[in-house]
Amino acid sequence: MSKRKVYITVAFIFILAFFLANFCYPQPWNQSVDWLNARKNEIKYIEKLSNIPEIPDTPFKLGLDLQGGTHLIYEADLSNVEKENYSPSMQGLRDVIERRVNLFGVREPMVQTQEAPGRYRLIVELAGIKDPAQAIEMIGQTPYLEFKEQKENYQEILEQNRKVVEAGEGSIEDPFASTPLTGKYLKKAELGFDQTTTYKALVMLQFNDEGAEIFEELTSKNVGKVLAIYIDGLPISTPVVQETIAGGRAQITGSFTIDEAKSLARNLNAGALPVPIKLISQQSVGPTLGSISLEKSLKAGMIGFLAVILFMIIFYRLPGILASLALGAYIVLVLTIFKLIPVTLTLAGIGGFILSIGMAIDANVLIFSRMREELREEKSFGQAVEEGFNRAWPSIRDGNLTTLLVAIILFGFGTSFIKGFATTLSFGILISMFSAIVITKNFLKCFVNTKLERIKWLWR
Amino acid sequence: MSVNFLKYSKIYFIFSGILIIAAIAGLLVFGLKPGIDFTGGSILEVEYQEDRPSNQEIKDNLTELDLGEIYIQPTDERGVILRMKDINEETHQQVLEKLEGAEELRFESIGPVIGQELKAKTKIVVVLSFLIIVLYIAFVFRRISRPIASWQYGISSLLALSHDVLITVGIFSLLGKFYSVQITIPVVVALLTVLGYSINNTVVVFDRIRENLLKRIGESYEETVNISLKQTLTRSFNTSLTTLFVLIAIFFLGGETLKYFALALILGIVAGTYSSLFLASPVLVSWLRWRERMKR
Repeated sequence: MSKRKVYITVAFIFILAFFLANFCYPQPWNQSVDWLNARKNEIKYIEKLSNIPEIPDTPFKLGLDLQGGTHLIYEADLSNVEKENYSPSMQGLRDVIERRVNLFGVREPMVQTQEAPGRYRLIVELAGIKDPAQAIEMIGQTPYLEFKEQKENYQEILEQNRKVVEAGEGSIEDPFASTPLTGKYLKKAELGFDQTTTYKALVMLQFNDEGAEIFEELTSKNVGKVLAIYIDGLPISTPVVQETIAGGRAQITGSFTIDEAKSLARNLNAGALPVPIKLISQQSVGPTLGSISLEKSLKAGMIGFLAVILFMIIFYRLPGILASLALGAYIVLVLTIFKLIPVTLTLAGIGGFILSIGMAIDANVLIFSRMREELREEKSFGQAVEEGFNRAWPSIRDGNLTTLLVAIILFGFGTSFIKGFATTLSFGILISMFSAIVITKNFLKCFVNTKLERIKWLWR
Repeated sequence: MSVNFLKYSKIYFIFSGILIIAAIAGLLVFGLKPGIDFTGGSILEVEYQEDRPSNQEIKDNLTELDLGEIYIQPTDERGVILRMKDINEETHQQVLEKLEGAEELRFESIGPVIGQELKAKTKIVVVLSFLIIVLYIAFVFRRISRPIASWQYGISSLLALSHDVLITVGIFSLLGKFYSVQITIPVVVALLTVLGYSINNTVVVFDRIRENLLKRIGESYEETVNISLKQTLTRSFNTSLTTLFVLIAIFFLGGETLKYFALALILGIVAGTYSSLFLASPVLVSWLRWRERMKR
């Protein structure tokens, strides 16, 4: 490469780094632009010129642990569902919970199903939520509606239960058995009033076609018997079936107040859960801790970065300064990529990134050490730069390769902590190799055949 | 300046041997304290608006609730971290009510099912990482021979790696015993990263030995190794140092979550730097000497 090309490359690196830095942290630029534009508009002749553009401030995407939020894992109980309906049930569950969650007004809520044999889960992530307890309550509140019919030995069980209650010991058995009719088939629920005598509040249900069919079959099978309506596992109403009901209309006549009936209807509409769920894991971070963690980790990163460049400059002098500049460019480059993709930054992710700063400089250490050796052997500066790179390259490549391999294995692990760490570390490693080869090398080449190359203490 | 690194080989071996034995003893006697990621359980971090009550007062407040064994750890000025068995949302709210004047910062509850799964996954990842490292070593050293065979380089670098991991884990067993520091997923991740990072220092030294053997530098194998060590010493220290700088910053300033993650990396990298210089290569030389003695 000719000397001119090197200068152009280096100038290009500086300009690019300047723009990317402003892209990562646009506030200073935008503030000065605002000020300049304001001054410009005060002056007569140039006010017609268009304003200097501002840089759009796209924020970094922060993980739940940094912006606050809650991560919930629910386990779905599919024991009453046929195997071939597992997936549709899970999809239905997800849709219902999604609708519920949307009511909170959370930005970008995430509801995901996770299906594997023996493990059917729903993962809910609510970022930036202030009161996770309320969210959990609202998700959990979603009523699970089911219709149950009498067990064969219904009377016996009732008798047994009566004895248990009288004796005050023993356990009560549920006299009703599950049927296929659940909230899954519900089309609509609304508040209504008992038209016959008392005008009591009740909830009117309308099933979809499939549900209507099941309901018709159930009622025809159970004429003269009780068809109990359960909500969240508790019998709310136990009406006796008078006749077969076609058309899929039913009503729940509990002893509701108007408000209770209204809220039950609303909750049923928002979604009666097709299958029951149980919360098995919860991770909630308050917004205060999130911002404290972010601040702390950034501070740690800054101090670490300063310590590294201080060491490099003291130990390697001029090359150390060059390496520090390259490291600065590296950081800006990585942050830009995090912003553009965007990579969700978690605390572990920032940890991985900070670690990668310490590792990125390693490539420079390897190169400079080799260069020093070559210089001691009285080779010319240009030769020493070339040789230093060529000899250090295998070590740099191999060294980063093993760390990268481990990071990739970690990525397959799936837990959010590990994923965050593995992602930023992998990006960091890949970009650090690029930065060592392109940025540091061109910086060094700038000094070939200059007066500075002859000042030995700068380089050794 | 001609320092003979290998002259003190015996001292290095004895030093590392004592550390390894101590680490194994620590593991056998104290064991490791698995975190809630693996066992299931809850962590509640709160901050008191005013003065923080004593651990005993907090414990007394919570006796009515069924929380299993409670660990209470004060943090910062007014914060407290409580660890207990995994509790449901209702109990969680009851706990918060009992802790008057405290604001919740963080709550994690992991059911035993998830814990079991993470444990199983961790095992797979650990085995896979070891496997990859072994394959990597086999690949890198496939072409060295004379006077030491390539598999011997592999064995000694694995020995060095086991040394690093054992010592780190051993120290964590002590920390677990005396400061109830737990082995959490971040700590495991740190240990695996140490594997990936540490092997490099060893590989760099071995690469130099190979290069010098080809160039016929040094009159004997021992001398070649010694020269190679001398040539790589500074850079090995420096690369580790720069990484340690950022890790130490994370350890002191990075907050509770990253603290022990950083510590595991620090310990692993220190052990790794030592072992790549003072264990892996001296083992090779001693091995050769021993074989020659056997021949005679």
